[in-house]
Amino acid sequence: MSLQPFLFYTVAALTGLSAIMVVVTQNIVRAAAWLLFSLAGTAGIYFLLGSDFIGATQLIVYVGGTLVLVVFGVMLTAQGPFVNLKTGAGEWAMSLIVGVALYTTLAVSTLVTAWPTSTEESRLRDERSSTNVALLGQALMGVKEATPQGMVPGVNNVVRVQMSYLLPFEIVSVHLLVVLIGAAYLARAKRRAHRLPGVTN
Amino acid sequence: MEPAGLNAFLLLGALMFVCGAVCMATKRNAIGVLMGVELVLNGANINFVAFSYFNPVFRIEGQVFALFVIVMAAAEAAIALAIVLNFYNNHSSVDVDTAEELKG
Repeated sequence: MSLQPFLFYTVAALTGLSAIMVVVTQNIVRAAAWLLFSLAGTAGIYFLLGSDFIGATQLIVYVGGTLVLVVFGVMLTAQGPFVNLKTGAGEWAMSLIVGVALYTTLAVSTLVTAWPTSTEESRLRDERSSTNVALLGQALMGVKEATPQGMVPGVNNVVRVQMSYLLPFEIVSVHLLVVLIGAAYLARAKRRAHRLPGVTN
Repeated sequence: MEPAGLNAFLLLGALMFVCGAVCMATKRNAIGVLMGVELVLNGANINFVAFSYFNPVFRIEGQVFALFVIVMAAAEAAIALAIVLNFYNNHSSVDVDTAEELKG
């Protein structure tokens, strides 16, 4: 028995169960805690898939940044009735039906489709073991030769455009800056316009 | 025990996607809706990284797109939280059912 399936099924069970608990729990603070486990488990999945840099980014940006942001949002708004907003039984039944139907559709179409995967596992594993992060960095810096020319059955390999991701990288950087300025503008403190009756602060 | 193949990862991604969609539909707290969005984006990201691992043609593409999705998710969370806090300041509520001023 090798280590990979054991690790995968452990981490996948943690991730999936935490994701389900985010939906099931009614307390918003507990939902944030379950989301933490789910996001950390996703980072573990990325590590298992050999994407070290994506896993590290997931841990830093998601678990360290986005989730702290969400928890701050919860703390700023968690007053009295908003911590436990109940969902009606009819809504639960309806979303359970829709969720099961959606998952069945996705699972069946996943299992039926013959995905084009690689046939030479060992060669590829040697190839991608050490150079993954370097290739990713080169692609983001605009080196066109970094993109590998893989030959895979089922994929059209005749026309293969060499891509570099320097321009998308720059656009994403500027986008992040604009978004942060916009968020600071939107969230700045203002006077309260009016209060809804019946809500005590 | 055989090593987990591509389908196992895709099924996990589908599970997270469905959890996020149901979370968006059922939560009445606006921040709970935001958590559903995060789950959906993570489910899509698992698919990207799984394809980049099991298909060498997409080895760089899958990881680059996953990185972009993570950055987009961070930006989206910042803006959405700013909107939620603004809504809370104006209405003293985070219940999405009370945001009905645009209802016709």
